[in-house]
Formats: sequence, C-alpha cells, structure tokens
Amino acid sequence: MNVQTPLKPADFATDQEVRWCPGCGDYAILKGVQRTMAEIGARPENTVFVSGIGCSSRFPYYMATYGFHTIHGRAPAVATGVKLANPELDVWLVTGDGDGLSIGGNHLLHLLRRNLDCQVLLFNNEIYGLTKGQYSPTSRIGTRTPTSPFGSVDRPASPCAFAIGAGARFIARCIDTSQKEMPGILKRAHAHKGTSFVELYQNCIVYNDAVFEAFTAKANASESQIWLEHGKPMLFAGGTRGLTLNRQDLRLEVVEVADGNWEAAGVIVHDETNKGVAQMLIDMPFPGFPIALGVIFCSPAPSYESALVEQTKTLTQGKIADLSALIRKGQTWEVTERRD
Amino acid sequence: MATKFKDPMPAEGAAIARDAVVVRFAGDSGDGMQLTGGQFTLSSALAGNDFATFPDFPAEIRAPQGTTFGVSAFQINFGSTAIETAGDAPDILVAMNPAALKTNLSALRPGGLIIADSGEFTARNLKKAGYEVDPLTDGSLSDYRLVAFDISARTMQSVADFGLGNKEALRCKNMWTLGLALWMFDRDRQPLIDWLNTKFSKNPVLADANVAALNAGHAYGETAEMGTFARYRVDAAAAEAGLYRTVTGAEALSLGLVTGANLAHLPLFFGSYPITPASSILHTLARLKEYGVTTFQAEDEIAAICAAIGASYAGQLGVTSSSGPGIALKGEAMGLAIMTELPLIIVNSQRGGPSTGLPTKTEQSDLYQAVYGRNGDAPLAVIAASSPSDAFDAAIEACRIAVQYMTPVMLLTDGYIANAAEPWKVPDISTYEEFPVTFHEELPAEGTELNPYARDEKLARVWIKPGTPGLMHRIGGIEKSFNSGHIDYAPENHQKMTDTRKAKIDGIANDIPEQDVCLGAPGEKLAVVGWGSTFGPIHQAVRRARANGASVAHIHIRHIWPLPRNLGALLKTYDRILVPEMNTGQLKTLLRDQFLVDARPLNKVSGQPFKIAEIEAAIEGALA
Repeated sequence: MNVQTPLKPADFATDQEVRWCPGCGDYAILKGVQRTMAEIGARPENTVFVSGIGCSSRFPYYMATYGFHTIHGRAPAVATGVKLANPELDVWLVTGDGDGLSIGGNHLLHLLRRNLDCQVLLFNNEIYGLTKGQYSPTSRIGTRTPTSPFGSVDRPASPCAFAIGAGARFIARCIDTSQKEMPGILKRAHAHKGTSFVELYQNCIVYNDAVFEAFTAKANASESQIWLEHGKPMLFAGGTRGLTLNRQDLRLEVVEVADGNWEAAGVIVHDETNKGVAQMLIDMPFPGFPIALGVIFCSPAPSYESALVEQTKTLTQGKIADLSALIRKGQTWEVTERRD
Repeated sequence: MATKFKDPMPAEGAAIARDAVVVRFAGDSGDGMQLTGGQFTLSSALAGNDFATFPDFPAEIRAPQGTTFGVSAFQINFGSTAIETAGDAPDILVAMNPAALKTNLSALRPGGLIIADSGEFTARNLKKAGYEVDPLTDGSLSDYRLVAFDISARTMQSVADFGLGNKEALRCKNMWTLGLALWMFDRDRQPLIDWLNTKFSKNPVLADANVAALNAGHAYGETAEMGTFARYRVDAAAAEAGLYRTVTGAEALSLGLVTGANLAHLPLFFGSYPITPASSILHTLARLKEYGVTTFQAEDEIAAICAAIGASYAGQLGVTSSSGPGIALKGEAMGLAIMTELPLIIVNSQRGGPSTGLPTKTEQSDLYQAVYGRNGDAPLAVIAASSPSDAFDAAIEACRIAVQYMTPVMLLTDGYIANAAEPWKVPDISTYEEFPVTFHEELPAEGTELNPYARDEKLARVWIKPGTPGLMHRIGGIEKSFNSGHIDYAPENHQKMTDTRKAKIDGIANDIPEQDVCLGAPGEKLAVVGWGSTFGPIHQAVRRARANGASVAHIHIRHIWPLPRNLGALLKTYDRILVPEMNTGQLKTLLRDQFLVDARPLNKVSGQPFKIAEIEAAIEGALA
C-alpha cells in the first residue's frame, strides 16, 4: 500500500459541471462538505454518498467518492443495504425536506430508529425546487405556491423534532452559509457512531428566497441564533442573553445576562446528552426564542450494523458452513436400491 | 373419471391394494390439521410412497371456532406410482367438525370414506356451520361411506391419566386421528413417537399424553368391529437410490438462493417484508447466518428491495421477496436496478389478486406484472419454478443470470409451490457448475477515463465495489452515457442505451437451454403449454390422454423472459396449442404476441390448483 497523501477539499470535487441554480445554498454546503472531507482525512474509495431525488440529491455527482443517486425518498433504505453489506464503508446520505420527510418519511424514521452508522444531511429549503416550487412538508402555513395559490393550510413538520421522536441519537442544525461552523458540526456527525442527523437550512434562491432571512441575515444573526456547545452556557446576543429552565412549569425562557454573569441570571449549561432539554431546544418558537444551532443532542448507543455483526459473530462461532450438510437436514430417508 | 361407487368392504384381515390414495384432513384452524398432515406426509415418505401435498388454510389465524371460514385442511396424495399433484378428489375425508364437513364434502369422490368426529356435531356447531339438521344422521351422506364416532370423547379417555385440563386434553385429538390413519395404512408409529418426544422434550407429560392418544387411535382401528374401516395397502413407489427428504417450495427456494450465491462466490443479502405466502423464505434464511446470509426485515416492501439493491451495489448478491401486492410496490426500485444494471433477484410467491385478493390461495396472475410491470422500457429476466423441488434449481439459475448479466431477475413461484411438500432426492452440490464473480479492480489506462458502463460480450457492465481504490464513480437512475457513464440526456444516447438494455436481456436466450417437450414429441396434434405450478396436473392429464391414444404433448416453460430461442419454431409444429393457467390467459397472450400462434386458453382462478380431470376434459375438447 502506498503512503496516503493528505487530500485537499478540491480533491473531493468531480469534473462534472454543477447544475444547481446560481446562488443556490447547495453550493455552500458542497463546499463545506468537501472541506470537512479533507479535514477528517476521508479516503474517497471508502466513502459513499447516497441520495434520493430532488435538488439536494444531485449532490453525489459532485463528490469524487463513490456515489449512488437512487430514487425518491429511498436513500435511507439503499444506504442500509450498502452499510450492512460492507460496514467498513463511510456512508453519507443527502436528502431534502420533500425527499426525506414526505415521500421518504417512513424510511428516515426507521433509519433513525435502527441507528445505522451513517450521516444524514437534510437540506431544508421548505419548498420543492426541482419540480418548480410546490410547497413542501416543512413549508409554513400560508405559503403561496402553484399548488397552494391561496396559501398552504397544512401544518409543517419539524425535521429535528421528527428525528428526536424517531429515536435519533445525534441531532445537529446548521445554516448553509455558516461556513465557519459547518465543518466542525459535520466532523462531530462523522465521529458519532450511529445515525447522525444534520438539518441544514438551505436557501432556495428561485422558489423560496430569503425564507430564513429573519434569523440568517447578518444583522439579526447574533440576536436570533444560539450556537450550542456541550458544557458551555446557553448564551446568545453576544452573551447578553441566555436560556434558563423554568423549573416550575418545565419550560425554557430567555433571560437577560448582566455583565456576563450568566450564572446569576440562571442560564443553564448545554448538556448534549439531555434528551428532554434537546427536545425543548428543538421546539423553541422563533421569533420569541433564538434558533438552536450546533450539536443539539448526542447520546451514543450501539449502531445497527455493529449489533448485527456482533450477533452474526456469536451465532456463527465454531459453526461450519457445510452446504451439503444443510440441504440434507430435516426429515430424510435413504433409498438404498433403485426401486422400479 | 371417478364414478359413483362405494369401496367394497374388506374381507377379514385383508387390505385393499391401491396405486394411490388421496386423504384430506379438515378441521378447525386450532385443531392442528397442518401438523397432522405434515406428520402423515413424513410417514408416507418413510413408507417409500411418492406424494404431493396441498395445505389449504384460511387467511385468518384463529377464526371463530367452528365456523366455515375457520376451516383448515391438508390434502395428501400418496402412491406407488409417480405422483405429481395433490389429487383431484380425496378418497378419504377426515372431518373434525361440521364446518370441516360442510366446506370439504364437495371435493370428496363419490363413494369415498368420511371419518367424522360426532362429538363435535353438537347443535351449536351444526348451527355455526349452517346445518339445519345433523348430516351424520339425516341420510344426506348416503352416497359416501360414513364412519362417525366420538373422537373427542375417546381422546379424552385415552389421556385421562395425565391430569391435563379439558382444553389441553382435547388438543390431543389430532394425534388420536393420526393414530387411526396410521393403522389404516399399516404405517410404523415409532418415527411419530420419536418426533413427539423431541417436540415435547421440555414437557414430558404432554409428550406422553400425545403418544397415548396416538396409540389409542391406532388401537381403535385394530379393535373396531371388522369392516368399520377399510385398510389400504399402498406399495413403495419407484425411486432411484439415494438420500431423500421432504421439501416445501419455500425451503427449496431458500436453499437454492444460498447455493446460488455460493456458486457465485458471493455473500447473500436478503431484504424482505413479511407477507403471505412469501414470509417462510425469510424465516428459513434468517437462520442461516453461517452460510454468509444477511437477512434484513425492512420497514416496507420498497425498503426491502432498495436495501437489496444497496447490498448488490456494495458487492453482495441482493435478493428481495414478496407476493403480488408487495411486488407492485417494488416496481420503481426494479427500474433503478435495471437502469444501474446491478444484479438482483426478486422472488414473487404469487397469490390470488388483485389488491389483497386471496392471501393464502394460489394463482399465477402476476406474469404480466413480471414481464411488463414497470415504467419505461424496462426489461428483466423472468424464471418460473414448476414444483417445490424445482424451486431449488430455478433459484440457482436466477442467481447465475443475475450476476452474469448484471440484471434483476424475477423468480416466480406461487402459494401452492411455497407450501406444498414433495420428496426430493437431495442433489450433489459438487456437480453444480460454479459461476464466480470477478469484480472490476483494474485502473483505467493512462489518459483514459473510467467507464462504469463498459460492457463485456454479454453486454453486462463491469461491477465495481465501493472500497476499490481509484475507481470512484457515480451511478443512479438518470440515463447515463454509453461511453462514459456520466449523466447524458442526448436523444441518440437514450436510444442506444434503451436498445442495449433490451439486447442484453434478449441475449440471455442464447445462454439458456432450448425448450424441450417433457412428454410426447414435436409435431403432434396438440401441445399443452404450461408454466409454474400447473406442471403436475398438466403432466398427469397429458399422460392419461396419451394412454388413451391422443396425439398430445406437454411443454413446460421455465424461462418466461426471454423465452427459449427455439420455442416459436417448436410451437409451430403442432396443429393446436392449449395453455392452462391459473389466470385469465397471460402466458397465452405472451405466446401469441411473440410467435403469432393460435394459443388457446384454459383458465382457472378459484384459488385452487387445477384438477387433472379439468385439463383432461380440455384436451379432449381441443382434439375434438
């Protein structure tokens, strides 16, 4: 084996022309992922990107790794087969709000429940882009689109709430343009053994432009984003505000922090293993609360494929796979002489 | 044809010699009829008889007791001659309650024997079965020989010493009945006793009680007034020397998949979702981990096939299995496997349709679905097993075609084949030809680009496993360039790729055996053409017709798509073509379309297999 030279982000780019709309948030995410690949020292031959259908699902064509662009909503199922067949592979799933939560909601549920070791990147742009702008399961009530000309009336799903309800053991959230934070979050997702679920707010410049502007615009970012870090107090707005837990009715509240004295203000420390608080962080309504970003929940448990490998190992120990003996099993009898 | 007669009473101590006997055990779904039938089958095997069985059970697991829709039956045809069907009409019907009599009487041959448990013919049970008056006493069964006595009470008596509760004691009824049946056919009880002792090894009291019931039933036959029961003698059937076992279609198919993957030198990945009557394949394979088998019980049918595709992509042999409704759900993913040209086997254990249809009854109505049922021009290979033991070889053939042609293969079986058992001469695996897979690992030559769609002489593309250094590439459901494997929507490219995918599948015809005539010869007056589980009744019907001097041949097609290369020419040597199918004429349509021949249908969609007599009559009609 020759010595492996460290790869640069550009080494993870293919020669294929990227076909997303100019200004699409997907470009930023692609860049962030390629940077992450270089930083974790990923080997392209051992890396597989699996996707479904939609704008985000074109992603594998632009990664110089193995890639499988499958069918609408089914990437989790295909990825499960890939990982079970070869647990050594590093499997990444790219999906969107329609692909992952509408047509493929069932598969995503079971992927998370089983805890297959892989990374799920859900690009949430709250719209169907590739089919030209219909509302999606994450579109807010009142979204006007060709299929909801008078405004949508159905309530949206929350990707992270779905994930935690399905039993996900790693949940993180990031914004397409948060290039400073993204590689760190993706590295954590990669290091986590089990299904790592990452929701990425992604701007669709053509059909749903600026839908996240209220909390992504530079001017509002500090006030409206809270970047969580395990073991650190939950502070935002330059440390002038924080989150506290109202122990009376078990609800999070925003409190003012004077002179950086967060303890006095009752600000709580982020414990990413605390599922109850994670649920509350995910459910915080915006505005009123900041949007929770970073690693919201991380509580590892044995992954599906490792449990399967372990069971197979135990069960097959000392057993000889004698096929001839296998087909002779059961209720047999011998005809010693040809009977005519 | 059966005529109206009654079996003669046997002379004292003598047994009636028979070439073959058909027995049908029928009772409530909680009465253990399938178990009784299974054990009687084993006893027939040990006696050297050839046999075929037909388990016929309701979709409900425990329908309300005593109702007609809760009746579970098991039919066995065993004999000293070649047995290929479970028999047209039972000679003996064992009816454990009024509902069992009601639902099975019409099948019994006139003059046949009814053994009924009169203890269950209570006013309440008669009403549940829809009888106004007791058929055991009103003379309505005068066309048959009727032996009615209180099996329930005798069973209770026989296990009285074991301190069982009422319910538990009555559960021994099936063993009592089996004991009587063993006496009637002069069978050895010991294998059954051994089996009971193993089955109830953790509960010796239950073992002893069941053995006591079995012995009591046997003794009842022995001591009953002479002439109560006819005693039959069925000699051992002709058989080649060797080791035999009983096998169901589901077992043989599972073993065939494991063997096929082994011959390809690949681990087997089986993704499936429970569905009747296909689940037993998943049950069988789930226990075979040491043979390189991974089973995955998916969240739904779509996930099952998609995971199998993922496993094939990663270098294993992906297999998925279902029945018609589930196959319908897998359609889009089959297209993905066709487009990405990955090996895949899709097993369809057909059942009555459409929609939920008849979950536990057999049908062959998914042929169109198999050959045509996908969006786009989406050809794949289709193979059909013709009997439980044939499912072994059919599965191996499916594995070979899948890996050698990088294609999905649909393997058709049905509810009848899946559940029915027959004797199987255990094959010598070392005589099977291996077809080892070589993964592509070679780096492209300097200055050239990797083309994951580069093809061999069979038009099969290269199979590159993720994990192979230097050969990273992307595949997917979007049309790919013939020359580079990159996305390519160009008109001429789609034409070329569509033509290539078709030519690849068509080319399989050059790699499968020519169609043979399994009974008769080319050029006779009539060809009876079948596929799948109709093999038995067609074969017997053609045999009988030929014995009567008819010019008729039996052709049975395993390769449904592509069809054998000589089939068209062969069919054209006959004056007439009759196609019996358990559907409304699907193979018939295919043959007409492919060969412009005047194939005539014989259809049956009652959820029951063909009777020999039905096909015999159709042959007679076709030759008239």
